[in-house]
Amino acid sequence: MKLPPMLRQLLHRRIVLAAAVVLLVIAVLAIGAPWFASIDPNDTAVLQRLKAPSSEHPMGTDELGRDVYARIVHGARYSLSIAALTALGSVIAGTLLGLVAGFFRPLDAPLMRVVDAMMSLPDFLLAIALVAILGPSLVNVVLALVLVYTPRVARVVRASTLVVRELLFVEAVRALGVRTSRILWRHILPNLLSPILVQVSFIFAYAILAEAGLSFLGVGVPPEMPTWGTMVAGGQQYAHQAFWVVLFPGLAIIFTALSLQMLGDGVRDLLDPKLKKTL
Amino acid sequence: MRKFLLSKALGMLAVLAIVALMVFVLTRAASGDPISVLLGEQATAEDIARVQKVYGLDKPLPVQFGYWLRQVVQGNLGDSIFLQRPVTQALRERAEPTTLLALMAVAIAAALGIPCGIVSAVFRGRWIDQLFTGVAMLGASIPSFWLGLVLIQIFAVSFGWFPVSGYGAPDAALAERVHALVLPAAVLGLLNSALIIRFTRASMLDVLGEDYVRTARSKGLAESTVVLKHALRNALVPIVTVVGLTVALMIGGAVVTETVFGLPGVGNLVVSAVLRRDYPVIQGALLVVAAIYVLINFSIDLLYAVVDPRVKVG
Repeated sequence: MKLPPMLRQLLHRRIVLAAAVVLLVIAVLAIGAPWFASIDPNDTAVLQRLKAPSSEHPMGTDELGRDVYARIVHGARYSLSIAALTALGSVIAGTLLGLVAGFFRPLDAPLMRVVDAMMSLPDFLLAIALVAILGPSLVNVVLALVLVYTPRVARVVRASTLVVRELLFVEAVRALGVRTSRILWRHILPNLLSPILVQVSFIFAYAILAEAGLSFLGVGVPPEMPTWGTMVAGGQQYAHQAFWVVLFPGLAIIFTALSLQMLGDGVRDLLDPKLKKTL
Repeated sequence: MRKFLLSKALGMLAVLAIVALMVFVLTRAASGDPISVLLGEQATAEDIARVQKVYGLDKPLPVQFGYWLRQVVQGNLGDSIFLQRPVTQALRERAEPTTLLALMAVAIAAALGIPCGIVSAVFRGRWIDQLFTGVAMLGASIPSFWLGLVLIQIFAVSFGWFPVSGYGAPDAALAERVHALVLPAAVLGLLNSALIIRFTRASMLDVLGEDYVRTARSKGLAESTVVLKHALRNALVPIVTVVGLTVALMIGGAVVTETVFGLPGVGNLVVSAVLRRDYPVIQGALLVVAAIYVLINFSIDLLYAVVDPRVKVG
């Protein structure tokens, strides 16, 4: 199998390779959840409650006797989908906003003031307020998180747009009479791909953490939905007698978020060698 | 300088006004109605209308916004629907644990983050740099509630060194309250040191490449003097910025930590207000937190201008 040179270079770095492998394993587990965890994640067995990890239940059972491993694997579907949709949504919205603000000067100041205003509200506080207003459901959690992270992307994309629009080739295509929409789409956007890609992986990681936090507070997805956050929330009262109900979902969150950030870091170093020496 | 100040101040006011509008629109767009929650299911339409009138909820939205904004400017954030007291009073009552927590956490984060960041920059690319960079990334990947639960389990339940939850009795001595805040401050401090490590490292690396650092070295100064006196002083402005912003972020961002540790802070107030759709409290808290953030940001801008005259030109 031949990989594109960039991807090969990226995977050449051991840390990035390790992160990619971890993410791949988690993604495969999530997609094939019914095959990798044959026990129903919602099967309660009161007599089996809070059992320590054993060969039958590799990560033990929770307060209702449900298999923790099965819930983590099935929960990955929800946690990862929420985070992926959040990253996708905020990157699309943020890129549009940033492009417009960076390219059309009269719109810059007003749009950026709105972005400033949104960013002056702490991420998590804004997310809680939004979910409370929209109502707790999977779709609304995604919507709220998209609104929270869009300004962040917009700021990054605007800054890069400001640089790219002054480059000579943009002036050249403009002189050739190319339509503005085509300049934005074909000439400016491709040059913004690296910062956007970095944002995708970081927002993915933040969204995993934010969803878990929202669900933990009881303002996220409905509590019966097995996400990693609801699992920790449900298990917290039992942590002193059965540490595994809290430990394993927490580790799932940490491994995923850490791998995503390492990947983002690797991409940034590779695509932007100038940044390597600083951040 | 005056022009710079004026434009910065105007920008700040514009941001605050947009925040106010957003917060107002957000809370009014809510699907649940606080009055029906307050009165219960037996309430008749007349009851609801009467109570709506008391709280001014029967007026058109722009009128409600104008009324609200005038009050806000006068320092009146309205009355909480559930707590039966002014929002400003509710916020004041909850301010102490949150402020103390944020200050303690920032102290921990800075005490950890700045030295680690300096060491990372000086030994760039070596194992110690990779270790600290890795730890910083790990810190940004751990959910605060999880770390809180783990620390409670170890230091409060097993060792019994700290209370499992709460903030002591209302009349408890300051030392006791600070003692109750050690674990939550450790959680927030550890997790937030990640950002400070990264900023310190980046800022130091920038400065360490400068000519005057090379000059200082070539004068034969000790490496520690070069790093701590010549480089660090010049790298300090961005570091101070990130520390300042961390304070602001923590005041609003400690919500989860406050909940895990059962602290009666602002975050806790917001969560309970959100669950009961207590609009005035949500509005007031969001607005105050945003105002603190914007003010800290503004002071940092001013600080920049004072320290570095080039800023005014740009």
